[in-house]
Amino acid sequence: MNPLTNPTLRPYTVFGIMAALLIFVGTTQSWGVSLTIINMCIISAIMTLGVNIQWGYAGLFNVGIMGFCALGGAAAVLVSSDPVAEAQSAGGTGMALALLSLVGGCALVFILHKLWGTRPLRKSVTFIAALAVYFLARHFYDPASAAIEAVNPAKTGFLGGLGLPVAFSWLVGGLFAAGAAWLIGKVTLGLRTDYLAIATLGIAEIIVALLKNEEWLTRGAKNVTGLDRPVPYELDLQQANWFIELVTKFNADLLSGLAGDERSAVLKSLVMDASGIFVKLCYAGLFLAVLLILFALAQLALNSPWGRMVRAIRDNETAAGAMGKNVKARHLQIFVIGSAVVGIAGAMMTTLDGQFTPGTYNPLRYTFLIWVMVIVGGSGNNLGSILGGFLVWFIWIEAEPLGNWMMSVVTSGLDPASELRNHLIGSAQYMRLMVMGGVLLIVLRFSPSGILPERSGHK
Amino acid sequence: MPELIDLLNALVLMTNYVILPALTYGSQLALGALGVTLVFGILRFSNFAHGDTMAFGAMATILVTWWFQSMGISFGPLPTALLALPFGIAVTALFVLGTDKFVYKHYRGIGAKPITIVMVSVGVMFIMNGLVRFIIGPSDQRFADGVRFIFKAREFKAWSGLSEGLALRSSQVITIVIAIALVAALFWFLQKTKTGKAMRAFSDNENLALLSGIDPDKIVRITWILAAVLATVAGVLYGLDKSFKPFVYFQLLLPIFAAAIVGGLGKPMGAIAGGFIIAFSEVAITYVYKKFLIYLLPPDMEPDSLVQLLATEYKFAVSFVILVLVLLVKPTGLFKGKVV
Repeated sequence: MNPLTNPTLRPYTVFGIMAALLIFVGTTQSWGVSLTIINMCIISAIMTLGVNIQWGYAGLFNVGIMGFCALGGAAAVLVSSDPVAEAQSAGGTGMALALLSLVGGCALVFILHKLWGTRPLRKSVTFIAALAVYFLARHFYDPASAAIEAVNPAKTGFLGGLGLPVAFSWLVGGLFAAGAAWLIGKVTLGLRTDYLAIATLGIAEIIVALLKNEEWLTRGAKNVTGLDRPVPYELDLQQANWFIELVTKFNADLLSGLAGDERSAVLKSLVMDASGIFVKLCYAGLFLAVLLILFALAQLALNSPWGRMVRAIRDNETAAGAMGKNVKARHLQIFVIGSAVVGIAGAMMTTLDGQFTPGTYNPLRYTFLIWVMVIVGGSGNNLGSILGGFLVWFIWIEAEPLGNWMMSVVTSGLDPASELRNHLIGSAQYMRLMVMGGVLLIVLRFSPSGILPERSGHK
Repeated sequence: MPELIDLLNALVLMTNYVILPALTYGSQLALGALGVTLVFGILRFSNFAHGDTMAFGAMATILVTWWFQSMGISFGPLPTALLALPFGIAVTALFVLGTDKFVYKHYRGIGAKPITIVMVSVGVMFIMNGLVRFIIGPSDQRFADGVRFIFKAREFKAWSGLSEGLALRSSQVITIVIAIALVAALFWFLQKTKTGKAMRAFSDNENLALLSGIDPDKIVRITWILAAVLATVAGVLYGLDKSFKPFVYFQLLLPIFAAAIVGGLGKPMGAIAGGFIIAFSEVAITYVYKKFLIYLLPPDMEPDSLVQLLATEYKFAVSFVILVLVLLVKPTGLFKGKVV
C-alpha cells in the first residue's frame, strides 16, 4: 500500500510530514518560533474550517472572511475590556437612544412598506421614511459619540466592554459573526455566485471601515491593547515557585554540573525561555481543544442526512429543489454557521495577539489567504481544510526568511552597495505573495481537488 | 430667496468639489468597469485580478516615465506619463496575454465552471500584487509632471469676482478627454469593424459564433489586449489624478465591480453608466454640505453641523449599497446584463 495514494493512509502521511516540518523549525530555528507558528496554524485551520463549511459543503463563494474575522476581534474587545463608567454615563443613553431609533425606525419603515400596499408612490414614501429614520438616529448618535470619545481620549475614549473573561468572547465573536451573516445573507444569498462574491467583498470592507472609524465602540484606529489573557503571564510564571521547580526538574542533568552563581544564572535564563514556551503551549492547548470540538461537529454534520442534503444542493440546486429541499433556507443556514466559525477564530486571534488593531485587517491576508488554504487542503474535506490551514500558514511565514535567503544568494555576485541589490533584498518580503499565487495556481491546475480530496460515501 | 450672487457661489462650490471630481473619478471607474465587463462578456468570468492589472499597467508606465524623465524627454505642458503610456500598455498586454496562455487557456479547454476561473483569477491577482510590490514597492509614488492647473482658484476668483474659487486641474481635463476618446474608439471598434462584430456575436451566443467560423482564439486575444489597454489607461489616469499606491488599486476592485454589475455585466454602455452612477453617489454622499447650504438658506436657518451624510471613510458603503439596491430591484443590472 502506497502511503501517499491510499485514501485511508494519506491523511496520516501528510499530517506526519506537516508535523515533521514544524519539528524541523523547532530544532533549527527555535521552539518558540515553532509554537508561534503552530498557534496561528490552529487559528487559520479554524477559519479554513468555517470557509470549507460554506464552500466545500454548499458552494457559497464568500470573500468577506476578513469582515467576520474582524467582528470576532471586536467581540474580544467588547467582552473582555473593563467598562468605562464615565463614558457610559456621558454618552451611553444617547447611544442607546440612537440604536433604539435605528432599530425601531427600520421596523416602522418595514411595516409602512408592507401596509402601503399598492397605493401610489410606495417606493418614494419608503425612501423618505428611511431617510427620516437615518437623520433621527444621527440626531442622537452625533452628540453621544462625541461625548464618549471626549472622555480621556488618550487612554479610553470608548464605551469599554463588559469586563468578562476573554475566552467567553470566542462564543460572542461567533454570535456577532452569525448575526452579521444572517443580515447579509438575507439580502445577498438570492444573488448569483459572482454577485455574492462582490457583495461579501464590500461587506467586509464596510465592517472593517466601521471598526476603524467608530472610536466610541472599539477605539478605532487608536487600537485596544493589553487585552485580558486566558493563560498566565510570563512574569508571574517566572516568580512562581512551582514553575521554577518544574524547570529545574526538566533540566536536572544540565544544572547538576553547575553550582552557585553560575547555576542560578543558567536557571534564570532557562526559566525565562520556559515561561514563554509554557504560555504558548497553554494557548496551543486551548486552541487545539476548540479546533477539535469544531472539527468533530463539522464531521458529524457532514456525515448526517443534513450534510448529504447540503451537498446534494451544491451539486444540483434544481434537482434538490425539485425534491422539496428549501435551497435558500439551507444556504442561509450554511452561510451563518460558516461565518460563525470564522468569527470564533477571529476572536481567538485577537486574544492571542492581546490587542485589537483594526488597521491591520487586509483582504489579501485575511480573505484570500484563507481561500488558498481551503483550495490547497481540499475543499469539501474537513481534515483537508485543517491541513491546508497548517501548511499554507507555514509557507506564508517561512516564505519570508526563504525569500530573504534566496535574494541574498542571487545578489551575492553584485556589489554590496549597488541599488539593485538593496532593492531586491528590501523587496524580498513580497515574494510570499507570489509564492501564494503560485501555490494556488499549481494546485488548481494539477490537483484541483486539493491535497486531501473530498470523500463521498458512494465513490 | 437667496440672491443671484449666492446662487452662483453655491453653483461654483458644487462644481469645484462635487461635479468635477465625480466626473473625473467616474471616467476612471468607467474605464475600469469596461475592462471587467468585456472580460466577463467574452471569457465569462469575473476577473478579480483587474484591479491589480490596473496597478501593473500604471507601474509599467511609471517606470518608463521615470526613464524618460531621466533622459530629459518631456511632453511639454502635458505629463510625460502620456508619452510613456503606449509602452506601459504594450508591457501590460504582453503580460496579460502570457497569463492567458499559461493559466486561463487550460480552464477554457476543460470547460471549467466560472467560479473555478474566478478562483484562478485570485491566484493571478496574488502574483500580480506581489510583482508590483516587488518591483516598485508598496508606498505612494508621484509621477505627474507638466502643468498642474489650467486655471487656479485664485485666478478664477479674480476673473469672476465671486467669493468661491474654481480650480481646473489638468489631470481632470486629461482624464475626461482621454476617457471620451478611448470609449469612442472602443465603441467604433465593437460596432463597425469585423473583429468587433465577431466579438459581440461571440458574447451573445458562443456556439452560434463558433459555427459561423469565428476564430475563438483571436477573439480571446483581442479581448485581453483591450482589457489591458483599458486597465492601463484607467490606472495611469487614476495615478495622475490622485497618486499611485498598489493597495488603493486593489481596493478599487469594489467600486469597479459595482459599476460593472449596476450597469449589467457584459454591457459596455452599462459599465459607463454604472461608473458615473457610483462616482457621483460616492462624492455627493460624502460631501460636506454646510457651506453650500449657507449660501442657499436664509441666515437664520444656517446649519450648525457639517451636514455630511456619510463620513468619507465609508465611501465603500456607497458602492455597496447601490450595488445591492440595484440587484434587488433589477437583478441583471440597469442594462440587462448576461447571466452565466
